Amino acid sequence: MQRIIQKANSFFETPIDLRSRALVLVAALMLIPTYFFPLWDMTLYSNQFPEGLVLNIYSYKLEGGKSPYRDDLKEINALNHYIGMRPLVEDDFTEFDWIPFVIGGVILLAFRVVVLGKMSKLVDLFVLFTYFGLFSLWSFYHKLYLYGHDLDPTAAVKVPPFTPPMFGHQTMANFEVYSYPALGSYCMAVVPLFFLVAMWLSRKAWFKERHP
Amino acid sequence: MKKHLAILGSAIVLTAVIAALMTGCGGPEKGRTGARSDVQEAALKTYVQPGDLDEYYIFKSGGHSGQVYVYGVPSMRHISTIPVFTPYPATGYGFDKESKEMLGGFTWGDAHHPSISETNGDYDGRWLFISDNANNRMARIDLRDFKTKQIFGPIPNVSGNHCSAFVTENTEYVLAGSRFSIPLPKGSFEKIEDYATKFKGVVAGIAVDPKTGHMSLGWQVLMPPFNYDLGDAGKGPSAEWGFWTCYNAERATGKLEVTASQKDRDYVAAVNWKNAEKAIRDGKFKMIGGVKVIDPKDVEGVVYLLPAGKSPHGVDVSPDGKYIIASGKLASITTVFNIEKILTAIQKKDFTGNEDGIPVLNYDNIKDAEVNVGLGPLHTQFDDKGFAYTSLFVESAVAKWKLGTWEVVDKIPVSYNIGHLTAAEGDTKNPDGKYLVALNKLSHGRHLSVGPSQPEASQLIDISGEKMSLLYDAFTEPEPHYAQMIKADKLKPIEVYPKEENKHPKAIWDIKDSKIVRNGRHVEVSMVAVRSSFEPWKIEVKKGDKVTIYMTNIEQTTDELHGFGLNEYNINVVADPGETKVIEFTADKAGVFPFYCTNFCSALHQEMQGYLLVKP
Repeated sequence: MQRIIQKANSFFETPIDLRSRALVLVAALMLIPTYFFPLWDMTLYSNQFPEGLVLNIYSYKLEGGKSPYRDDLKEINALNHYIGMRPLVEDDFTEFDWIPFVIGGVILLAFRVVVLGKMSKLVDLFVLFTYFGLFSLWSFYHKLYLYGHDLDPTAAVKVPPFTPPMFGHQTMANFEVYSYPALGSYCMAVVPLFFLVAMWLSRKAWFKERHP
Repeated sequence: MKKHLAILGSAIVLTAVIAALMTGCGGPEKGRTGARSDVQEAALKTYVQPGDLDEYYIFKSGGHSGQVYVYGVPSMRHISTIPVFTPYPATGYGFDKESKEMLGGFTWGDAHHPSISETNGDYDGRWLFISDNANNRMARIDLRDFKTKQIFGPIPNVSGNHCSAFVTENTEYVLAGSRFSIPLPKGSFEKIEDYATKFKGVVAGIAVDPKTGHMSLGWQVLMPPFNYDLGDAGKGPSAEWGFWTCYNAERATGKLEVTASQKDRDYVAAVNWKNAEKAIRDGKFKMIGGVKVIDPKDVEGVVYLLPAGKSPHGVDVSPDGKYIIASGKLASITTVFNIEKILTAIQKKDFTGNEDGIPVLNYDNIKDAEVNVGLGPLHTQFDDKGFAYTSLFVESAVAKWKLGTWEVVDKIPVSYNIGHLTAAEGDTKNPDGKYLVALNKLSHGRHLSVGPSQPEASQLIDISGEKMSLLYDAFTEPEPHYAQMIKADKLKPIEVYPKEENKHPKAIWDIKDSKIVRNGRHVEVSMVAVRSSFEPWKIEVKKGDKVTIYMTNIEQTTDELHGFGLNEYNINVVADPGETKVIEFTADKAGVFPFYCTNFCSALHQEMQGYLLVKP
């Protein structure tokens, strides 16, 4: 037991090498697109909308497809009100306040890892970020669940409570709904992988330290 | 005997079989006789697949219906109607405050000649102007949203605005004029026996603001009491000129059919609008009816008369601006004048007389040709290969002839009695060729019978080849006097009014902001219309209150229109997505009056309703 703790301690104390630091830096930069690209895309197809109503969810805002002939967000809300769904409005998403803030924090912490070059800091960051990512996913799922379940009982059209799809396809009334993560999420998904690789690359330094 | 009967019997059977074969088994029933087309060729050239778009827009004047009809070419499908001079409940036109004021109390107009705005002699697709022969007005339709934006008039001194609307090369002016001469200013009285001396015509240029298209009074020229019939603006070398045909050079009254058809020559009036502008600037005008009017007796160089074949109707300027082509409707020739020769004659003062001080040019020295096109020539359009196409009313045909050689190369019969014709961008500096539409006055039952009140016929003709070929028949409500055919990609219409552009002071965008405010006897309602409700849906007033409803359709989705029909109050207003409409009336009837959405909007459209409660 003592040995395992010692082993772990020495691992956490291991300095990370240059390649790992570079990788952490790249991972930090990978988070910047989340400020410019959506995290999630939903598209609703029907006979009336063969080109689909598009909903892009960013880390800090909600945006519908916009064209000179339609505002998709407005349209989705106009249609949803018939089944008593609350309108999708940015004020309802507290996520939009804390997600960009947390991502900014992660970027700063990643810079800290690059500068201080300690394995423990990297492990912290990995755990924190994974927790943040999973929590965000749950939070998103929960939001979808609430929108589909917290329906106005006086709605014109009564539908059984439902959860809109998070991954993949679902048929809802006359709509075929497709929901997939978007560029922002893919960028976020590779970040913990980069962290893991960074740890892996610096494992040799740890070995050397333990078996000089 | 039996044998004879058998022969007779088989003969009867045989006859029946032949008759059955002759009438055809199945297939569409044939209408009455008239022009036919090569079925396969025509079908391939006109078939536009469901979901596909047409290549050209065509804007047809709706004559005494007062409207403009929009068709697609080559499918010839009627796409929409633009209300102009007549209220049109289908779009709520003439019922809301703004359009009601624009109509100025008139409930009809006679929409005659449409004209698309031009830049350098080509359609720029910004506006469509159209004249009103009945109430002497001019309307401007904005082609960004296909809505009538301005109705100018009744124009002072102009009486029977038929020879209109034709735009100059850069839309500096829209031409106008008098078909029916009257004593001026309007409201004066003279005896009809004094027609020849005391009645006056005018030709005019309505000024157009180059940025906004806003029309205002430009210049007017006082003319002898002829009947000014049609016009065209020059281009290129003739760009400074406007041309008007006239009949009744006899200055006759009464049965004009006879009295105005005595002389062999009538005139084309040519006005140099640059000189007209100058005369106005130099103060050489009289104020008549509040307008600056140039009297040719006092001012030289503004107007000349070109003698033309008996009772000319159309006058059309060739794409290069060199030829001015006037068709004498009671002749069988079309006269081609040459602008260079006209300018030379003016310079040399080669005149043969004058009419009320207006010099008459020497016919023999200004014409290039008299083209023997056929009987009853009316109007001419052009293609991209140097050919002209003249409509022949009496002959029911279109003649194709070559500019320069004056040779008639082809003729195609139409059904029936063609008036105007329009070729693809066929009155611009750069016609497209390709298509020509014959706007026929009579259809004589070439359609499923609809009783005695028959539509007019429009026939699509392929002019891409050496020979013209008939492609398609379409029918139009009365009455396509002229039309404009413009390449579809030159227009970029919007499909919703963007929220950001709505500057209406009373527009609201949230149901929470809807309200009813009483100010003495005036009740103002800020209303939202959105799928599928009106907010507020309950409006309580007292009998005699003035009610103003500002209704904003807060949709931003194409085709989500909402109507406001108020039962027994004769009100139906439609707001397009993003539009605010003002509904104003006096609640002069006590009782409870439902209002409802008239324009089908959603699955719960029927539920979109409310009540106006008027307390006695």
